[in-house]
Amino acid sequence: MAGNNIGAKRLVVGAHYGLSEWIAQRVTAVIMSVYTIGLLIAVLFTPDLGYEKWVRFFNFEVFALPLGKILALLAMLSLCYHAWFGIRDIWMDYVKPTGVRLGLQVLTILWLVGSAGYAAQILWRV
Amino acid sequence: MSNAASKQRPVYRNIHVTQILRYRLPLAGQLSILHRISGALLFLALPVILLPMFDRSISSEISFEEMKGIVSSPFVKIVLLGLIWAYMHHFCAGIRYLVLDLHIGTDKDSARKSAAVSFGVSLALTAVFGLKLFGVF
Repeated sequence: MAGNNIGAKRLVVGAHYGLSEWIAQRVTAVIMSVYTIGLLIAVLFTPDLGYEKWVRFFNFEVFALPLGKILALLAMLSLCYHAWFGIRDIWMDYVKPTGVRLGLQVLTILWLVGSAGYAAQILWRV
Repeated sequence: MSNAASKQRPVYRNIHVTQILRYRLPLAGQLSILHRISGALLFLALPVILLPMFDRSISSEISFEEMKGIVSSPFVKIVLLGLIWAYMHHFCAGIRYLVLDLHIGTDKDSARKSAAVSFGVSLALTAVFGLKLFGVF
């Protein structure tokens, strides 16, 4: 694999070589896990879960701060960021022509940014 | 060189689509490719199935009841079961990757064992949520 003398060459171009993306993918995974496990526990420990109790998980406020919405939005943004790395990896592995890959990556970004906007709109209506 | 070593064997340097079914992946490899497939499924389902469902479930009491009606159809239940599996698989295999990233269980034997555990846990969770979905309990 890589020799020891590769460091100097790498520094010249100043690329990140995916380390920040690698970390971000894992950090967003942990954020989503914590949110979903928290939500799942809340659901499991809520007797007679109906509309009123379900919507409270997303529109509860703490000192007039819309915490339910903010937490859900943070989980959603983590999801979009996480999915961007994952789907981009799929295109990079299987789609070799640069133009097609670029097109698919643009579509992926539009798909995810659109989803994030949709989620924000859903959350801020309740 | 013994005769057995020089015998012609199939070589897969770069797997072609037509060879996928003949190529036997180890258990961790199957977990890995399914992690990718389940992630792609969830990505596709996000704005066309998951968010519209979430929208209806929290928008109003009327749409909440409407949502319950939609979910009572067997076709919708089967689609949801697929997505539940995708979520559970992606979650469990993902936790395994986080543990591997901490350099825990990276030798061949424990990696195979943890892959088996991930499959076991995700399929068991899928079964539990699936039975709940189909109204068994």
